[in-house]
Amino acid sequence: MNGAVRRLEVEPRVTLLDGLRDVLDTTGPKKVCDRGACGACTVLEDGQPIYACSRLLIESAGRSITTVEGLGSPEAMHEVQRAFVENDAQQCGYCTPGFVVATAALLARNPAPGEEEIEAGLGGNFCRCGTYMGIRAVVAGPGQAGGDGGGNVGG
Amino acid sequence: MRPFSYAAPATVEQAVSLLEVEGSEVLAGGTDLLSLLKDDVEQVERLVALRGIEDLSGIDASGGRLRIGSMTTLQELRDHAAAMAAVPALGFAIDGVASAQLRAMGTVGGDLLQRPRCWYYRRGFGLLALGPDGRSMVEAGDNRYHAIFPEGDARFVSPSSLAPLLVALGAEATVHGPDGERRVPVEALYRTPRAEGERENTLGPGELLVEVTASVGAARSAVYEIRQRRSLDWPLMAAAVSLYGELPLVDRARIVLGHAAPTPWLAAAAGDLLAGRELTPEQIVEAAEAAVEGARPMSGNRYKMQLAAVAVRRALLRAAGMEA
Amino acid sequence: MADYSWPEADRRGQIGRRPARLDGPVKSTGFARYPSDQNPPGLLAAKILTCPHAHARVVRIDTSAAEAIPGVRVVHVIQGEGSEIQWAGDEVAAVAADTEDIARDALRALQVEYEVLPHFVTEKHRDRAPAAQPGSERTDGDPDAAFASAHRTVEQTLGMPQMAHMCLEPHGQVAAWDGDELEVHASTQAVSTLAGQFASELGIPATQVRIRTEYMGGGFGSKFSPDRWGIVGAELAREAGAPVKLFLDRDQEVSVAGSRPSAFARVRVAADEQGKLVAWDSDSWGSGGLPGASQTPLPYVFSRLPNRRLRHTSVPTNLAGSRAWRAPNHPQACFLTMASLDDLANELDLDPIEFLDRNLEFTGRADVYREELGIAAGMAEWKERWQPRKRSRDSALQRGLGVSIHTWGGRGHASNCDVTVHPDGAVEARLGSQDIGTGTRTIVAQVLAETFGLELPQVRVSLGDNRFPQSGPSGGSSTVGGVCASTRRAAQDALREVLTRVAPRLEADPEQLTAAGGRVFVEGEPSRSMSWTEAASRIGGAPVSAQGRNPGPGRLISSGVGGVQIAEVEVDMETGVVQVKRMIAVQDCGLIVNRRLAESQVYGGLIMGVGYALFEEWIPDPVTGRLLNADMEFYKLAGLLDVGSLEVHMMTGPGYDERGVIGLGEPPVISPGAAISNAVANAIGVRVPWLPLTPDRVLDALAGRGGIA
Ligand SMILES: Cc1cc2nc3c(=O)[nH]c(=O)nc-3n(C[C@H](O)[C@H](O)[C@H](O)COP(=O)(O)OP(=O)(O)OC[C@H]3O[C@@H](n4cnc5c(N)ncnc54)[C@H](O)[C@@H]3O)c2cc1C
Ligand code: SF4
Ligand code: FES
Ligand code: FES
Repeated sequence: MNGAVRRLEVEPRVTLLDGLRDVLDTTGPKKVCDRGACGACTVLEDGQPIYACSRLLIESAGRSITTVEGLGSPEAMHEVQRAFVENDAQQCGYCTPGFVVATAALLARNPAPGEEEIEAGLGGNFCRCGTYMGIRAVVAGPGQAGGDGGGNVGG
Repeated sequence: MRPFSYAAPATVEQAVSLLEVEGSEVLAGGTDLLSLLKDDVEQVERLVALRGIEDLSGIDASGGRLRIGSMTTLQELRDHAAAMAAVPALGFAIDGVASAQLRAMGTVGGDLLQRPRCWYYRRGFGLLALGPDGRSMVEAGDNRYHAIFPEGDARFVSPSSLAPLLVALGAEATVHGPDGERRVPVEALYRTPRAEGERENTLGPGELLVEVTASVGAARSAVYEIRQRRSLDWPLMAAAVSLYGELPLVDRARIVLGHAAPTPWLAAAAGDLLAGRELTPEQIVEAAEAAVEGARPMSGNRYKMQLAAVAVRRALLRAAGMEA
Repeated sequence: MADYSWPEADRRGQIGRRPARLDGPVKSTGFARYPSDQNPPGLLAAKILTCPHAHARVVRIDTSAAEAIPGVRVVHVIQGEGSEIQWAGDEVAAVAADTEDIARDALRALQVEYEVLPHFVTEKHRDRAPAAQPGSERTDGDPDAAFASAHRTVEQTLGMPQMAHMCLEPHGQVAAWDGDELEVHASTQAVSTLAGQFASELGIPATQVRIRTEYMGGGFGSKFSPDRWGIVGAELAREAGAPVKLFLDRDQEVSVAGSRPSAFARVRVAADEQGKLVAWDSDSWGSGGLPGASQTPLPYVFSRLPNRRLRHTSVPTNLAGSRAWRAPNHPQACFLTMASLDDLANELDLDPIEFLDRNLEFTGRADVYREELGIAAGMAEWKERWQPRKRSRDSALQRGLGVSIHTWGGRGHASNCDVTVHPDGAVEARLGSQDIGTGTRTIVAQVLAETFGLELPQVRVSLGDNRFPQSGPSGGSSTVGGVCASTRRAAQDALREVLTRVAPRLEADPEQLTAAGGRVFVEGEPSRSMSWTEAASRIGGAPVSAQGRNPGPGRLISSGVGGVQIAEVEVDMETGVVQVKRMIAVQDCGLIVNRRLAESQVYGGLIMGVGYALFEEWIPDPVTGRLLNADMEFYKLAGLLDVGSLEVHMMTGPGYDERGVIGLGEPPVISPGAAISNAVANAIGVRVPWLPLTPDRVLDALAGRGGIA
């Protein structure tokens, strides 16, 4: 996990999300719906974005898990994380870790996604504060929408 | 979730013998099953995880046939160029699941066998949701997303996006069980429960879905799903169609509705209407109207009749390449 | 007396710029620890058992099986035998256990027997309500005569159901005792006021309660009190002798932790031949669950309309009580009013913007609205693109434009701030406020940096702790004004003290000195200067500190804003699916501290607005009395591509800046429902009398059925 091997023993019923948050104290991924409908718990499993709430931890054994903390730190941010800061793509910030991971996965698949790819990549993440303009600007990339959260994709 | 044990067989045979034990349940991608367990709607003693069985994933799109292993994820299927070329409509159906995470986790088998989303079922009132007085809670309650073709006491809708298309394609499902393998048309995977406790699929004890196969190339297929949101959302109505023949001449047509009935709903009369004739916009409208004949909407879902007709018309136009 | 004010436009170093949010890096890397992320050693997990019935009496509770489960530490009955439960989701018992899974095992093992009682949850049928409370009628002028002589009148029933706050971080807290001292990491909007409420419920002095909220995941008006689960969480922790984490599950969050009241009304409104409003008559009702719902401000914005009659019925239901939802009562009043006026404009064959313009004398701020309407119309190319309501159904996709206007107060709340200048030059502000996602931390830092002539990294803001000087709850768009004013006063006083101490060194009077660009210098003689660090080093061995408060002297803040929004939609006439293509918001909010954060607030308001205009509603089940969509699957938030393209214009500069700082959290969320409904009416030729504008309702309206019961 996040580049290190972690060994732990949990009941089969423990989800990856609960294991990360409660056992491994890795609290970047958030528990919001706990039913695979909001995206706040998104992590990468072998590079694929998944809902950690809907995966049993035991099913991820032997696989590589990357959480938002594994992408970068405040001192050494991943470029997607830096873009989230520059485009004010967060308010309360509770949905942000999930969006950051999903966005990183989307841009890794496709550095210049069109509207349909954005829908496919980020349609499974929701924000309550309404940070979508900033996130669109992140996805549109530098130079396309400026650093002001003024991206006008969609519409 | 209640406690359960977990088994990870390496072969289909092992899986079958594990599943034969009462209280065992297949775990595929888990995106549906874990929610059912968290809500205590279903209870299991043991999960039999298929993730470690390599034979169950994989796609083969050669020789005019498409074979999809049941543990293939929706994203793997979407990324399979040959499969998408063989049946472009599959791409539309998968894209409807507007969540990269669900596509990366959810499997083809899981999509076909996912349980209904009826909000009474999901709150523990059973698939038939009969109240203490024996009357349908769905009828008396809020049924805006429910069936316009109820069957018996069942008023939930079949949720899968892949099922209507596979039925329209005449695909077959390979099921492995204690007595070996059987192949059935995909529509035969489904049934309407007649009593509480019965499931909406026909898999017997110890059986699991191994793969689906379809012959491709003979039909022009399309799906059209109507959703309120562009982001992750359930369709309000879905239609899948397959047109056989040298268009505009149609030999045979299969028209299937999703989110309309407790099973993928084959609109046979609508298909028959098109058979043996030349396809025109007028006929498409007629077929679309025929597809909702006999519908029995409830207090809150009359609008779904119109959606069904529109979805069928637009799917037919798309299949025939006549989209505006 | 000292002069507290904001610098003139040409002297502003920080105010009005667009620095990035200071907590952006910790938030976007997942390093920010929210209350729900606290994992102190020995932590127990708590879960709550709620009542599945909308109205019931608890007949019997047996906790023995739950208590016998290994790992269960405390079982706590909240509403015991004999209690009458008034809504599904109300708390019955709680369990603290070693893990969350064990706590849930215990909930399942709790045996509760209920006597189920009759319930009522569908307030749109007010005639069937068992306990409707009709209010008294209020009449101004002579509405009957005005209606009788009016040129055009429209009359119809409109309505919008209850909806949820849906904070992504659920309500809850981690409570830990150290002897008889309680520390609570709470997801709250009210750091400074929570302690007293915990203390009185728990029977300890308020001085023994510490509240911490470094970050929190959204409140929107629903997180002002400890709530029953807060008190229960603290009690469980006390009994267990270990810290306890108790956060609501999503279904509980949606069902009991915050909703906005519904609003329905039979509205009649009339105008004369010149298109001037002459009379208003509304018979409204609504529900905020068990407490019912009060009258919304009708007619909205056009409150000086002379002839009017208002009646209102409060309809209690068996649903959890509503909470302040971003701009309480305004979105409802706005929809009921602006939709009615839009229909009247249509009857009059008038462009709705022209119609609003002709009636601005009935508002409190005609000039602002007029200017904003002009700007918004320009941005939308309204003149070129607006057409009267369409009657044709020539193609499946129809576009339409709609407009709405709104108002809000936004005066700064009571706030205290401590500013300290250390001899090494470090500057810190401490206040018992909270950053609920609006950017409070960043804005306070800007005010500090502005006052001392420093850059943001040189100042530090500490908030989210009730040990800091008390500051008001974040509600009603009151935070930015409150904290900016208290911080500015404290900072100006602290600076004055520093300048007084260094003035002799520069052989000047303190009044002649200015701090800017990291230096302290004699005004007009920049060569007579020293660096900020040097200045600070000369204050002596002890830090200089000053306290500022709001309210207080000087013209730093005010209140009262107006805004205009225009929506453009595309409607699929065959499926009833509405897509918002574009939203334009023109908004004033006085002096803007941080342009980027201000715009983010407006975007956020628009997005939430699209949510309740198109998707969001509580769906209570008439059969069971439970919410059928207490989840994130059928309770639908707007997604990234569901909101169209959003354009924001902030009114700034002369005429606005002098008003000082005014809050912005609420205003932009008020108009979207009305503007979008009006755009849909414009596109399809008929009014859909409901929000949200779901396909079934749009198709019903197109088919001429489906009015409101
Ligand atoms: C908000 C939301 C929106 C969604 N929208 C859509 C949509 O529009 N269209 C759509 O199609 N889906 C939609 N989905 C559902 C999603 O596609 C399914 O959850 C997923 O496909 C299920 O696959 P899984 O592998 O995770 O199944 P699991 O959860 O692992 O299994 C589901 C069920 O199928 C059984 N099962 C699975 N595989 C087999 C097998 N090989 N043999 C026997 N039994 C098996 C399991 O025992 C279980 O009962 C949505 C889900 C959510 C949460
Ligand atoms: S200020 Fe407004 S948004 Fe904010 S908490 Fe209140 S009611 Fe709410
Ligand atoms: S918490 Fe996993 S998707 Fe919502
Ligand atoms: S930033 Fe608050 S939920 Fe997205």
